[in-house]
Amino acid sequence: MALQDFWSLWIPTRWLKLPTNFWSKPILAFGFAAILTGCRQDMHDQPKYKPLRHSDFFEDGRTSRPLLAGTVARGEMHDDVAFFTGKNGKDDIDVFPIAIDKTVIERGHQRFDIYCSPCHGRLGNGLGMIVRRGFKQPPSYHIDRLRQAPVGHFYDVITNGYGAMYNYAAQIAPRDRWAIISYIRALQYSQNANVGELPPGMKAQLPSMDKVAPPSAVSSPEIKGSSEQPNIPKGTPATPMGEAK
Amino acid sequence: MPQIFHHSSNTLSKISIISALVVLGGVGAALFELMADSSYATNQGVMRVQPVQFSHSHHAGSMGIDCRYCHTSVENAAFANIPPTKTCMNCHSQIWTNSKELEMVRASFRSDESIPWVKVHDLPDFVYFNHSIHVKKGVGCETCHGRIDQMPLVYQKNSLEMRWCLDCHRNPEQYVRPPSEVFTMGYKPPEDQLVMGARLVKENHIQKLDNCYTCHR
Repeated sequence: MALQDFWSLWIPTRWLKLPTNFWSKPILAFGFAAILTGCRQDMHDQPKYKPLRHSDFFEDGRTSRPLLAGTVARGEMHDDVAFFTGKNGKDDIDVFPIAIDKTVIERGHQRFDIYCSPCHGRLGNGLGMIVRRGFKQPPSYHIDRLRQAPVGHFYDVITNGYGAMYNYAAQIAPRDRWAIISYIRALQYSQNANVGELPPGMKAQLPSMDKVAPPSAVSSPEIKGSSEQPNIPKGTPATPMGEAK
Repeated sequence: MPQIFHHSSNTLSKISIISALVVLGGVGAALFELMADSSYATNQGVMRVQPVQFSHSHHAGSMGIDCRYCHTSVENAAFANIPPTKTCMNCHSQIWTNSKELEMVRASFRSDESIPWVKVHDLPDFVYFNHSIHVKKGVGCETCHGRIDQMPLVYQKNSLEMRWCLDCHRNPEQYVRPPSEVFTMGYKPPEDQLVMGARLVKENHIQKLDNCYTCHR
Protein backbone atom coordinates (compact mmCIF):
# COMPACT_ATOMS: atom_id res chain seq x y z
CA MET A 1 0.00 0.00 0.00
CA ALA A 2 1.30 3.42 -0.82
CA LEU A 3 1.37 5.62 2.22
CA GLN A 4 0.04 8.59 0.42
CA ASP A 5 -2.51 9.84 2.87
CA PHE A 6 -0.46 11.80 5.30
CA TRP A 7 -3.23 12.33 7.83
CA SER A 8 -4.46 8.81 7.94
CA LEU A 9 -0.93 7.69 8.65
CA TRP A 10 -0.12 9.87 11.60
CA ILE A 11 -3.49 10.40 13.19
CA PRO A 12 -5.87 7.54 13.92
CA THR A 13 -8.77 9.30 12.25
CA ARG A 14 -10.03 5.99 10.98
CA TRP A 15 -10.47 4.61 14.46
CA LEU A 16 -11.75 7.80 16.03
CA LYS A 17 -13.91 8.70 13.05
CA LEU A 18 -12.98 12.35 13.36
CA PRO A 19 -12.48 14.82 10.55
CA THR A 20 -8.82 15.54 10.02
CA ASN A 21 -9.12 19.28 10.44
CA PHE A 22 -10.42 18.77 13.97
CA TRP A 23 -7.10 17.26 14.93
CA SER A 24 -4.80 19.18 12.68
CA LYS A 25 -5.14 22.48 14.52
CA PRO A 26 -4.29 21.39 18.06
CA ILE A 27 -1.45 19.30 16.75
CA LEU A 28 0.03 22.15 14.84
CA ALA A 29 -0.36 24.18 17.98
CA PHE A 30 1.74 21.64 19.82
CA GLY A 31 4.59 22.28 17.52
CA PHE A 32 4.59 19.17 15.37
CA ALA A 33 4.24 21.07 12.17
CA ALA A 34 7.93 20.86 11.40
CA ILE A 35 8.06 17.12 12.02
CA LEU A 36 4.84 16.16 10.36
CA THR A 37 5.21 18.16 7.18
CA GLY A 38 8.34 16.13 6.58
CA CYS A 39 6.32 12.94 6.42
CA ARG A 40 4.68 13.11 3.05
CA GLN A 41 5.42 10.21 0.75
CA ASP A 42 5.95 12.18 -2.45
CA MET A 43 9.65 11.43 -2.55
CA HIS A 44 9.11 7.78 -1.70
CA ASP A 45 6.75 7.40 -4.61
CA GLN A 46 8.05 9.61 -7.35
CA PRO A 47 6.26 9.82 -10.68
CA LYS A 48 9.07 8.11 -12.55
CA TYR A 49 9.51 4.82 -14.32
CA LYS A 50 11.29 2.00 -12.58
CA PRO A 51 11.61 -1.58 -13.82
CA LEU A 52 8.23 -3.35 -14.17
CA ARG A 53 6.37 -0.41 -12.65
CA HIS A 54 2.87 0.16 -13.98
CA SER A 55 2.52 2.91 -16.54
CA ASP A 56 -0.65 4.87 -17.18
CA PHE A 57 0.81 6.36 -20.32
CA PHE A 58 1.33 3.29 -22.47
CA GLU A 59 -1.63 1.30 -23.63
CA ASP A 60 -0.34 -2.06 -22.40
CA GLY A 61 0.32 -0.60 -18.95
CA ARG A 62 4.00 -1.47 -19.09
CA THR A 63 6.88 0.79 -18.28
CA SER A 64 9.37 -1.44 -20.06
CA ARG A 65 9.00 -0.93 -23.76
CA PRO A 66 9.53 -3.57 -26.44
CA LEU A 67 12.46 -2.99 -28.76
CA LEU A 68 11.65 -1.51 -32.11
CA ALA A 69 12.12 -3.89 -35.00
CA GLY A 70 15.71 -3.85 -36.20
CA THR A 71 17.16 -2.49 -32.97
CA VAL A 72 20.67 -3.77 -32.31
CA ALA A 73 22.20 -3.02 -28.93
CA ARG A 74 25.94 -2.60 -28.62
CA GLY A 75 27.65 -5.97 -28.59
CA GLU A 76 24.41 -7.67 -29.67
CA MET A 77 25.06 -7.86 -33.38
CA HIS A 78 24.94 -11.66 -33.25
CA ASP A 79 27.11 -11.88 -36.35
CA ASP A 80 28.85 -14.98 -35.04
CA VAL A 81 26.27 -17.34 -36.51
CA ALA A 82 27.75 -20.54 -35.09
CA PHE A 83 27.91 -19.07 -31.59
CA PHE A 84 24.39 -17.64 -31.61
CA THR A 85 22.54 -20.38 -33.51
CA GLY A 86 24.65 -23.51 -33.08
CA LYS A 87 24.39 -24.04 -36.80
CA ASN A 88 26.66 -23.90 -39.77
CA GLY A 89 24.30 -23.32 -42.63
CA LYS A 90 21.60 -25.92 -42.04
CA ASP A 91 23.70 -28.37 -40.06
CA ASP A 92 24.26 -28.38 -36.31
CA ILE A 93 27.87 -27.66 -35.49
CA ASP A 94 29.77 -30.34 -33.64
CA VAL A 95 32.63 -28.22 -32.36
CA PHE A 96 32.19 -25.82 -29.46
CA PRO A 97 32.42 -22.23 -30.68
CA ILE A 98 34.05 -21.24 -27.38
CA ALA A 99 37.11 -22.60 -25.63
CA ILE A 100 36.08 -25.14 -22.99
CA ASP A 101 38.04 -25.36 -19.79
CA LYS A 102 37.24 -26.36 -16.24
CA THR A 103 35.83 -22.93 -15.36
CA VAL A 104 33.37 -23.15 -18.25
CA ILE A 105 32.29 -26.65 -17.29
CA GLU A 106 31.80 -25.62 -13.68
CA ARG A 107 29.76 -22.64 -14.79
CA GLY A 108 27.75 -25.04 -16.94
CA HIS A 109 27.29 -27.32 -13.96
CA GLN A 110 25.87 -24.46 -11.92
CA ARG A 111 23.57 -23.24 -14.71
CA PHE A 112 22.48 -26.80 -15.48
CA ASP A 113 21.42 -27.30 -11.88
CA ILE A 114 19.42 -24.06 -11.94
CA TYR A 115 17.65 -24.27 -15.29
CA CYS A 116 17.77 -27.87 -16.51
CA SER A 117 17.78 -30.12 -13.46
CA PRO A 118 14.14 -29.41 -12.49
CA CYS A 119 13.16 -31.66 -15.41
CA HIS A 120 16.30 -33.42 -16.64
CA GLY A 121 17.50 -34.29 -13.15
CA ARG A 122 20.92 -33.58 -11.75
CA LEU A 123 22.29 -36.69 -13.44
CA GLY A 124 20.67 -35.89 -16.76
CA ASN A 125 18.56 -39.03 -16.62
CA GLY A 126 15.30 -37.16 -17.18
CA LEU A 127 13.92 -37.80 -13.72
CA GLY A 128 13.84 -34.28 -12.30
CA MET A 129 11.42 -33.07 -9.67
CA ILE A 130 9.01 -31.52 -12.19
CA VAL A 131 8.88 -34.79 -14.10
CA ARG A 132 8.06 -36.57 -10.87
CA ARG A 133 5.18 -34.11 -10.54
CA GLY A 134 3.75 -34.96 -13.93
CA PHE A 135 5.71 -33.21 -16.63
CA LYS A 136 6.41 -35.26 -19.74
CA GLN A 137 9.61 -37.17 -19.13
CA PRO A 138 12.46 -35.99 -21.33
CA PRO A 139 14.86 -38.57 -22.72
CA SER A 140 17.91 -39.38 -20.69
CA TYR A 141 21.14 -37.84 -21.97
CA HIS A 142 22.68 -41.27 -21.66
CA ILE A 143 21.19 -42.77 -24.78
CA ASP A 144 23.03 -43.33 -28.01
CA ARG A 145 21.04 -40.78 -29.98
CA LEU A 146 21.98 -37.96 -27.60
CA ARG A 147 25.52 -39.18 -27.04
CA GLN A 148 26.04 -38.85 -30.75
CA ALA A 149 24.01 -35.66 -31.22
CA PRO A 150 26.21 -32.72 -32.21
CA VAL A 151 26.62 -29.92 -29.66
CA GLY A 152 24.70 -27.61 -31.97
CA HIS A 153 21.62 -29.78 -31.47
CA PHE A 154 21.61 -29.11 -27.74
CA TYR A 155 22.12 -25.42 -28.40
CA ASP A 156 19.17 -25.39 -30.75
CA VAL A 157 16.97 -27.15 -28.18
CA ILE A 158 17.86 -24.69 -25.42
CA THR A 159 17.36 -21.73 -27.74
CA ASN A 160 14.18 -22.79 -29.53
CA GLY A 161 12.67 -25.49 -27.35
CA TYR A 162 11.90 -29.07 -28.34
CA GLY A 163 8.70 -31.05 -27.91
CA ALA A 164 7.15 -30.23 -24.56
CA MET A 165 10.18 -28.17 -23.56
CA TYR A 166 9.75 -24.44 -24.02
CA ASN A 167 12.72 -22.40 -25.11
CA TYR A 168 15.14 -21.04 -22.54
CA ALA A 169 16.50 -18.24 -24.67
CA ALA A 170 15.28 -15.56 -22.28
CA GLN A 171 16.59 -17.30 -19.19
CA ILE A 172 20.02 -18.51 -20.31
CA ALA A 173 22.52 -16.29 -22.11
CA PRO A 174 24.22 -17.77 -25.21
CA ARG A 175 27.58 -18.24 -23.53
CA ASP A 176 25.93 -20.04 -20.62
CA ARG A 177 24.09 -22.29 -23.06
CA TRP A 178 27.43 -23.48 -24.41
CA ALA A 179 28.73 -23.88 -20.87
CA ILE A 180 25.70 -26.03 -20.04
CA ILE A 181 26.30 -28.15 -23.13
CA SER A 182 29.91 -28.69 -22.10
CA TYR A 183 28.60 -29.93 -18.77
CA ILE A 184 26.07 -32.20 -20.49
CA ARG A 185 29.00 -33.73 -22.37
CA ALA A 186 30.77 -34.23 -19.04
CA LEU A 187 27.63 -35.86 -17.63
CA GLN A 188 27.41 -38.17 -20.62
CA TYR A 189 31.06 -39.09 -20.31
CA SER A 190 30.61 -39.77 -16.60
CA GLN A 191 28.17 -42.59 -17.45
CA ASN A 192 29.97 -43.88 -20.49
CA ALA A 193 33.70 -43.74 -19.90
CA ASN A 194 35.96 -46.56 -20.95
CA VAL A 195 37.75 -48.05 -17.96
CA GLY A 196 40.83 -48.62 -20.06
CA GLU A 197 41.18 -44.90 -20.73
CA LEU A 198 41.25 -43.89 -17.07
CA PRO A 199 44.56 -42.64 -15.69
CA PRO A 200 46.22 -45.27 -13.47
CA GLY A 201 45.67 -43.29 -10.28
CA MET A 202 41.93 -43.13 -10.83
CA LYS A 203 41.76 -46.75 -11.90
CA ALA A 204 43.23 -47.78 -8.56
CA GLN A 205 40.35 -46.03 -6.78
CA LEU A 206 37.73 -48.11 -8.54
CA PRO A 207 36.12 -50.91 -6.60
CA SER A 208 37.25 -54.37 -7.63
CA MET A 209 35.49 -55.65 -10.72
CA ASP A 210 33.99 -58.62 -8.85
CA LYS A 211 32.22 -56.45 -6.32
CA VAL A 212 30.58 -54.05 -8.74
CA ALA A 213 26.81 -54.15 -8.41
CA PRO A 214 24.85 -55.00 -11.54
CA PRO A 215 23.73 -51.93 -13.47
CA SER A 216 20.06 -52.44 -12.58
CA ALA A 217 20.81 -51.79 -8.93
CA VAL A 218 22.73 -48.63 -9.71
CA SER A 219 20.36 -47.01 -12.15
CA SER A 220 17.62 -44.68 -11.01
CA PRO A 221 14.09 -45.85 -10.23
CA GLU A 222 12.09 -46.22 -13.36
CA ILE A 223 9.13 -44.04 -14.16
CA LYS A 224 6.41 -45.25 -16.48
CA GLY A 225 7.26 -44.92 -20.12
CA SER A 226 10.99 -44.75 -19.64
CA SER A 227 12.56 -47.44 -21.71
CA GLU A 228 15.98 -45.93 -22.07
CA GLN A 229 17.99 -46.06 -18.91
CA PRO A 230 21.59 -44.96 -18.58
CA ASN A 231 23.82 -47.82 -19.52
CA ILE A 232 26.37 -47.76 -16.78
CA PRO A 233 29.47 -49.72 -17.70
CA LYS A 234 31.10 -51.76 -15.00
CA GLY A 235 33.55 -49.93 -12.86
CA THR A 236 32.63 -46.48 -14.03
CA PRO A 237 32.23 -43.93 -11.26
CA ALA A 238 28.55 -43.11 -10.89
CA THR A 239 29.07 -39.50 -9.94
CA PRO A 240 29.23 -37.07 -12.81
CA MET A 241 32.51 -35.38 -13.49
CA GLY A 242 32.93 -31.94 -12.04
CA GLU A 243 30.61 -32.62 -9.13
CA ALA A 244 33.35 -32.20 -6.58
CA LYS A 245 31.48 -32.00 -3.31
CA MET B 1 -13.33 38.57 49.96
CA PRO B 2 -10.07 36.71 50.34
CA GLN B 3 -8.24 35.52 47.29
CA ILE B 4 -9.00 31.93 46.34
CA PHE B 5 -5.52 31.14 44.98
CA HIS B 6 -2.31 31.64 46.86
CA HIS B 7 0.22 33.91 45.20
CA SER B 8 2.43 30.91 44.29
CA SER B 9 -0.30 29.66 41.99
CA ASN B 10 1.01 32.04 39.37
CA THR B 11 4.32 30.20 39.23
CA LEU B 12 2.73 26.78 39.58
CA SER B 13 0.37 27.41 36.72
CA LYS B 14 3.22 28.51 34.46
CA ILE B 15 5.32 25.48 35.37
CA SER B 16 2.43 23.07 34.91
CA ILE B 17 1.51 24.53 31.52
CA ILE B 18 5.09 24.34 30.31
CA SER B 19 5.69 20.87 31.71
CA ALA B 20 2.42 19.67 30.24
CA LEU B 21 3.61 20.89 26.86
CA VAL B 22 6.97 19.17 27.35
CA VAL B 23 5.35 15.90 28.39
CA LEU B 24 2.87 16.02 25.55
CA GLY B 25 5.71 16.78 23.15
CA GLY B 26 7.66 13.85 24.52
CA VAL B 27 4.72 11.52 24.28
CA GLY B 28 4.07 12.80 20.77
CA ALA B 29 7.66 12.20 19.75
CA ALA B 30 7.59 8.71 21.27
CA LEU B 31 4.35 7.90 19.44
CA PHE B 32 5.88 9.24 16.26
CA GLU B 33 8.86 6.93 16.66
CA LEU B 34 6.65 3.96 17.45
CA MET B 35 4.48 4.70 14.46
CA ALA B 36 7.42 5.20 12.12
CA ASP B 37 8.91 1.86 13.17
CA SER B 38 5.65 -0.03 13.16
CA SER B 39 4.78 -2.46 10.44
CA TYR B 40 2.02 -0.01 9.52
CA ALA B 41 4.69 2.32 8.20
CA THR B 42 7.44 -0.14 7.17
CA ASN B 43 5.16 -2.96 5.91
CA GLN B 44 7.38 -5.42 7.73
CA GLY B 45 5.74 -8.79 8.09
CA VAL B 46 2.69 -7.86 6.03
CA MET B 47 1.66 -10.69 3.74
CA ARG B 48 0.52 -9.54 0.34
CA VAL B 49 -2.45 -10.99 -1.41
CA GLN B 50 -1.37 -11.57 -5.00
CA PRO B 51 -3.52 -11.87 -8.12
CA VAL B 52 -2.37 -15.49 -8.32
CA GLN B 53 -1.59 -17.02 -4.94
CA PHE B 54 1.86 -18.16 -5.95
CA SER B 55 3.54 -20.13 -3.19
CA HIS B 56 7.28 -19.76 -2.83
CA SER B 57 7.22 -22.40 -0.12
CA HIS B 58 5.94 -24.88 -2.71
CA HIS B 59 8.09 -23.91 -5.68
CA ALA B 60 11.34 -22.89 -4.03
CA GLY B 61 10.88 -25.04 -0.93
CA SER B 62 9.31 -28.38 -1.79
CA MET B 63 10.22 -28.39 -5.49
CA GLY B 64 13.70 -27.08 -4.82
CA ILE B 65 13.68 -24.72 -7.77
CA ASP B 66 16.59 -22.29 -7.61
CA CYS B 67 15.78 -18.60 -7.06
CA ARG B 68 17.50 -17.80 -10.34
CA TYR B 69 15.27 -20.06 -12.40
CA CYS B 70 12.70 -17.26 -12.28
CA HIS B 71 14.62 -14.25 -10.97
CA THR B 72 17.12 -14.46 -13.78
CA SER B 73 18.47 -10.94 -13.63
CA VAL B 74 19.41 -10.94 -9.96
CA GLU B 75 23.08 -11.65 -10.65
CA ASN B 76 23.51 -9.14 -13.44
CA ALA B 77 21.16 -6.24 -12.82
CA ALA B 78 20.14 -3.79 -10.14
CA PHE B 79 16.60 -5.09 -10.33
CA ALA B 80 15.74 -8.71 -9.59
CA ASN B 81 13.05 -9.36 -12.14
CA ILE B 82 9.64 -10.80 -11.59
CA PRO B 83 9.51 -13.53 -14.23
CA PRO B 84 7.37 -13.15 -17.33
CA THR B 85 4.31 -15.38 -17.60
CA LYS B 86 6.21 -17.59 -20.02
CA THR B 87 8.45 -18.77 -17.20
CA CYS B 88 5.36 -20.08 -15.37
CA MET B 89 4.25 -21.79 -18.55
CA ASN B 90 7.57 -23.64 -18.91
CA CYS B 91 6.09 -26.11 -16.46
CA HIS B 92 2.40 -25.20 -16.29
CA SER B 93 1.88 -25.87 -19.96
CA GLN B 94 1.78 -29.47 -18.76
CA ILE B 95 1.16 -29.41 -15.04
CA TRP B 96 -2.14 -28.28 -13.48
CA THR B 97 -3.41 -27.33 -16.91
CA ASN B 98 -7.02 -27.32 -15.74
CA SER B 99 -6.48 -25.55 -12.46
CA LYS B 100 -8.83 -22.63 -11.87
CA GLU B 101 -6.19 -20.99 -9.75
CA LEU B 102 -3.92 -20.82 -12.80
CA GLU B 103 -6.51 -19.51 -15.25
CA MET B 104 -5.13 -16.01 -14.87
CA VAL B 105 -1.66 -17.27 -15.80
CA ARG B 106 -2.94 -19.01 -18.90
CA ALA B 107 -5.06 -15.99 -19.84
CA SER B 108 -1.99 -13.79 -19.48
CA PHE B 109 -0.01 -16.13 -21.71
CA ARG B 110 -2.72 -16.14 -24.35
CA SER B 111 -3.41 -12.43 -24.34
CA ASP B 112 0.13 -11.18 -23.65
CA GLU B 113 -1.20 -9.01 -20.84
CA SER B 114 0.90 -8.75 -17.70
CA ILE B 115 -0.22 -10.28 -14.43
CA PRO B 116 -0.49 -7.36 -11.99
CA TRP B 117 1.74 -8.82 -9.27
CA VAL B 118 1.87 -6.78 -6.08
CA LYS B 119 5.28 -5.48 -5.13
CA VAL B 120 6.31 -6.70 -1.71
CA HIS B 121 9.68 -5.08 -1.16
CA ASP B 122 9.19 -1.45 -2.09
CA LEU B 123 12.14 0.77 -1.33
CA PRO B 124 11.67 4.55 -1.49
CA ASP B 125 12.35 5.93 -4.95
CA PHE B 126 15.34 7.92 -3.72
CA VAL B 127 17.18 4.73 -2.79
CA TYR B 128 19.23 3.13 -5.53
CA PHE B 129 19.61 -0.45 -4.46
CA ASN B 130 21.51 -2.88 -6.65
CA HIS B 131 20.90 -6.60 -6.30
CA SER B 132 23.77 -7.80 -8.43
CA ILE B 133 26.56 -6.31 -6.35
CA HIS B 134 25.07 -7.59 -3.09
CA VAL B 135 24.73 -11.10 -4.49
CA LYS B 136 28.23 -10.97 -5.91
CA LYS B 137 29.79 -9.85 -2.65
CA GLY B 138 28.17 -12.59 -0.60
CA VAL B 139 24.93 -11.21 0.82
CA GLY B 140 22.58 -14.18 0.85
CA CYS B 141 19.03 -13.88 -0.47
CA GLU B 142 17.94 -15.09 2.92
CA THR B 143 19.86 -12.39 4.78
CA CYS B 144 17.45 -9.72 3.57
CA HIS B 145 14.41 -11.68 2.41
CA GLY B 146 14.28 -14.37 5.09
CA ARG B 147 13.20 -17.95 4.52
CA ILE B 148 11.36 -17.35 1.27
CA ASP B 149 11.27 -21.12 0.83
CA GLN B 150 8.96 -21.30 3.84
CA MET B 151 6.62 -18.48 2.85
CA PRO B 152 3.34 -19.52 1.22
CA LEU B 153 2.79 -15.86 0.40
CA VAL B 154 5.79 -13.61 0.46
CA TYR B 155 6.07 -10.94 3.09
CA GLN B 156 8.79 -8.48 3.86
CA LYS B 157 10.94 -10.08 6.51
CA ASN B 158 12.92 -7.02 7.52
CA SER B 159 11.99 -3.40 8.07
CA LEU B 160 14.11 -2.11 5.14
CA GLU B 161 14.69 1.02 7.20
CA MET B 162 17.91 2.90 6.64
CA ARG B 163 19.30 1.90 10.01
CA TRP B 164 18.77 -1.72 8.99
CA CYS B 165 20.79 -1.19 5.80
CA LEU B 166 23.50 0.62 7.71
CA ASP B 167 23.81 -2.16 10.26
CA CYS B 168 25.33 -4.30 7.54
CA HIS B 169 26.95 -1.54 5.50
CA ARG B 170 28.98 -0.51 8.53
CA ASN B 171 29.88 -4.04 9.64
CA PRO B 172 29.40 -6.40 6.73
CA GLU B 173 31.46 -9.15 8.38
CA GLN B 174 28.45 -9.91 10.58
CA TYR B 175 26.42 -11.20 7.67
CA VAL B 176 28.47 -11.99 4.56
CA ARG B 177 28.53 -15.56 3.29
CA PRO B 178 30.94 -17.48 1.10
CA PRO B 179 29.90 -16.86 -2.54
CA SER B 180 28.80 -20.49 -2.90
CA GLU B 181 26.17 -20.10 -0.16
CA VAL B 182 24.49 -16.92 -1.39
CA PHE B 183 21.45 -18.71 -2.82
CA THR B 184 21.20 -21.25 -0.03
CA MET B 185 18.07 -21.19 2.11
CA GLY B 186 18.45 -22.29 5.70
CA TYR B 187 22.17 -21.54 5.75
CA LYS B 188 23.69 -21.80 9.20
CA PRO B 189 26.53 -19.35 9.68
CA PRO B 190 29.59 -20.89 11.29
CA GLU B 191 30.29 -20.11 14.92
CA ASP B 192 33.25 -18.03 13.91
CA GLN B 193 31.13 -15.88 11.58
CA LEU B 194 33.00 -12.73 12.58
CA VAL B 195 36.36 -14.35 11.83
CA MET B 196 35.17 -15.83 8.55
CA GLY B 197 33.31 -12.60 7.78
CA ALA B 198 36.44 -10.54 8.27
CA ARG B 199 38.31 -12.92 5.95
CA LEU B 200 35.57 -12.75 3.31
CA VAL B 201 35.49 -8.96 3.54
CA LYS B 202 39.19 -8.95 2.76
CA GLU B 203 39.17 -11.67 0.11
CA ASN B 204 36.17 -10.37 -1.81
CA HIS B 205 37.09 -6.70 -1.43
CA ILE B 206 33.88 -5.85 0.39
CA GLN B 207 33.82 -2.16 1.14
CA LYS B 208 32.14 -0.54 4.10
CA LEU B 209 30.12 1.94 2.13
CA ASP B 210 28.25 4.27 4.39
CA ASN B 211 28.38 7.52 2.46
CA CYS B 212 25.01 9.11 1.74
CA TYR B 213 25.70 8.93 -1.97
CA THR B 214 26.25 5.18 -1.90
CA CYS B 215 22.49 4.75 -1.98
CA HIS B 216 21.09 8.25 -2.50
CA ARG B 217 22.23 9.55 -5.85
